[in-house]
Amino acid sequence: MEALLKVESVVKTFPGVKALDGVCLNVYQGEIHTLLGENGAGKSTLMNVLNGLYSPDSGNLLINGQPYIFRSPKDSIKAGIGMVHQHFMLVYNHTVFENILLAVSDLPFWLDKKKLRIRIKEIVDRFGLSIDLDEPIRKLSIGQQQWVELIKLLIRDCKVLILDEPTAVLTPQESDRLFGFLKRFKEEGRSVIFISHKMREVMELSDRVTVLKKGTTVKELARGEFDENVLAGLMIGTDEIPVWEREKKQFTENVLTIEHLFADKEKNMSDLIDFSLELRKGEILGIAGVAGNGQKTLAEVLTGLKPPVSGKIFADGKDITNADSRKAYIAGIAHVPEDRKSMGIAPEMTVDENLILKSYKEKPFRKFIFQNFKAIKENAEKQIADFAIKAGPKGTPIRLLSGGNIQKVIIARELSMRPSVLVALYPTRGLDMGSAEYVHKVIMDARKDNMSTIVISEDLDELLKLSDRIAVMFRGRITGIVDPEHTSREEIGLLMSGETVQ
Amino acid sequence: MIRFEKRKDASKLFTVFAPFMSVLFALATAAVIMLFAGINPIAAYAGMLNESLGSFYGISETLVKSTPLILTGLGVSIAFRMKIWNIGAEGQLYMGAMGASYVALNSGLTGFVGLAAMFVMAAVFGGIWAGISGFLKAKANVNEIIVTLLMNYIAIAWVSYLVYGPWKDPNGFNFPLTPRFSPDLVLSTFFNTRLHTGFIIALALVAVMYIFMEKTVWGYEIKVIGNNPKAAKYAGISIDRKIIGVMFISGALAGIAGFGEAAGVQGRLQEGISHGYGYTAIIVAWLAGRSAIGVFIVSVIMAVILVGGDSLQILMQLPVAFVNLFQGLILFFILASDFLIQNKPVMKRSGK
Repeated sequence: MEALLKVESVVKTFPGVKALDGVCLNVYQGEIHTLLGENGAGKSTLMNVLNGLYSPDSGNLLINGQPYIFRSPKDSIKAGIGMVHQHFMLVYNHTVFENILLAVSDLPFWLDKKKLRIRIKEIVDRFGLSIDLDEPIRKLSIGQQQWVELIKLLIRDCKVLILDEPTAVLTPQESDRLFGFLKRFKEEGRSVIFISHKMREVMELSDRVTVLKKGTTVKELARGEFDENVLAGLMIGTDEIPVWEREKKQFTENVLTIEHLFADKEKNMSDLIDFSLELRKGEILGIAGVAGNGQKTLAEVLTGLKPPVSGKIFADGKDITNADSRKAYIAGIAHVPEDRKSMGIAPEMTVDENLILKSYKEKPFRKFIFQNFKAIKENAEKQIADFAIKAGPKGTPIRLLSGGNIQKVIIARELSMRPSVLVALYPTRGLDMGSAEYVHKVIMDARKDNMSTIVISEDLDELLKLSDRIAVMFRGRITGIVDPEHTSREEIGLLMSGETVQ
Repeated sequence: MIRFEKRKDASKLFTVFAPFMSVLFALATAAVIMLFAGINPIAAYAGMLNESLGSFYGISETLVKSTPLILTGLGVSIAFRMKIWNIGAEGQLYMGAMGASYVALNSGLTGFVGLAAMFVMAAVFGGIWAGISGFLKAKANVNEIIVTLLMNYIAIAWVSYLVYGPWKDPNGFNFPLTPRFSPDLVLSTFFNTRLHTGFIIALALVAVMYIFMEKTVWGYEIKVIGNNPKAAKYAGISIDRKIIGVMFISGALAGIAGFGEAAGVQGRLQEGISHGYGYTAIIVAWLAGRSAIGVFIVSVIMAVILVGGDSLQILMQLPVAFVNLFQGLILFFILASDFLIQNKPVMKRSGK
């Protein structure tokens, strides 16, 4: 059988980096084809080539055996390739119908809305999507917004659907619904290119898997030829995966008590509403929830980046809500921010300089008004060795490091301050397996030293593995706190969508 | 089709040679124009170099011109480091000159105390002038480019008002000038040239600013803010206060340049006391890569061009428009080389 979409030894070079180095991909009709690879393996570059955003330096793109050259995303859409981006491209104040209209390329001057409506309705019914066409987008849940994106592609009669980590923003239930849709989609003889880091989904969905590494295709495997271990092995190559385990522990003391906290809304993120939580000494508290339900605000309030409107925060029994006492204590709360590149580092500055970002004013790094370059250098050498950071030659700007190594720099820096509480947002997002496990191990080691950690993550498997307790957030409130050992993913999923279970 | 791509790491050799090449290109282009004007370009260039570097006096003139460029260049550089685009060094220079002149004309202070007071007043005037836009930026997020630019016109017009009006020299034949400062309030000059103590002050400030920007905790904070304000906030740096502070320093340096021009070169306040130094400073800061040492080197090179360009007028009887054109060409090519150091042209096969 000939492949519907064939990518033949495509090369794409950016200054200094060969992002794609002869990558090959064969997508057959009616299959779900998963693209696996660590960050930086070239997945997104390849997607952007298929999307028409990048044109390859060399190599061919064949659809049904015909060579194609995409000069712009328009060409790619015409060829029947459609992509759902991680961030939806929707007009929030417009209705579902109006948003779908935007996607129809051959709109006549006089709109026959009725006819279009019938066309859209037909698609909605065929795939069993329950959606009201006249609802404005902003009133829809994230899952439903994703439907709209999918309908936009279907109305263009898209043959190959590309989904870039589509479940990152969904509850488990919403994910299941999406998978159901994808299965129906492929039964119509269409194909899906699916990108995900979550092994469970990959195993459930894929008819075929292509593993990328450093811009080349490592292996293409059909269903039956792969299992989780095989894929993991292919992805990571030679790096050793650190192993760790969670010891049983008894928790008695509270290190942090949050009472009736309210915080202001920022952009379209949820604020905190009457939020109460207790963090015990030495525990790892997972916070589950679909992104944008107040997790970020919580982290910012705890780390002093944002003042709460009302409510109280106690640390070791002392009220630290007020600015003055807070400042002293905040030094004890370390913060691994959500977006490591846009917040956690100064990208053009060196690794040495980034390692003292939080403590540059402290004793060894400062002599009177001057920086103590000797101490800064010694600190860097120690952290680089302790955390096995691949930092490149001296003076390398940190932005040139891989995502995993940048995250190691941030965590090394935060832990070097010997905090009593660590607030980590999505600490392993986008990391390859080796780095992710390393991060987990570091957090687990700190737990042994009685540091308390709040891990905010959208990866339930990560939370189930790490946490002593899991609190679930929905629209700025806690809908439930569960014990990971006696709770199913489905129960957590229900809590994530706002149903309270006592 | 030619596209430009960002260079990941430009070779050192290329980085050093590109500006020199660009000067050569500028000279060649200007030479063609001179040929049209019936002038021997080689003679003209020889004259230029001779005028700016060929004699003791020429060198002293070059250093005199480099003084305000160094000071304003330092001021602009420190703001640029923080990605605060202070393009108001010209106005800050005028305010500095005004502050110094106010002390010289009205305070009755004399001697070293008088000069020191003039110096401080110039720095404070320039600093506050820039600080206003820093304050607006920090507190209300008002675009500093617009504010600093527009405040230039206010400062220049204010000085014009003073020299045409209340501060006008009664014996000045109606020229827009103030009376001369008393001799003890004029900076001493060296070797019978116009080279004044202001140059020494500028050199000292190069050293001070180098240490400030590269070695101190504040320099580190400024770097972090310029590189990633979000990370700075995350690191607990109070960005608002730093913006106001850095703008004050930036303006103060430009104000000191005004002090040098008023108390060193002219010995009075007058209209057009700056020949666009504050604007040239933007280019100086950019070419110098926002480094203090770089500002010194680039300022001297720029001064050579300025002094040599002036000599073309006298030696070759060229109109002032030609001198401006010549300076413009050189800047144009230098900026182009800067762009080419950052980016490289890529030939793109079409259809692939």
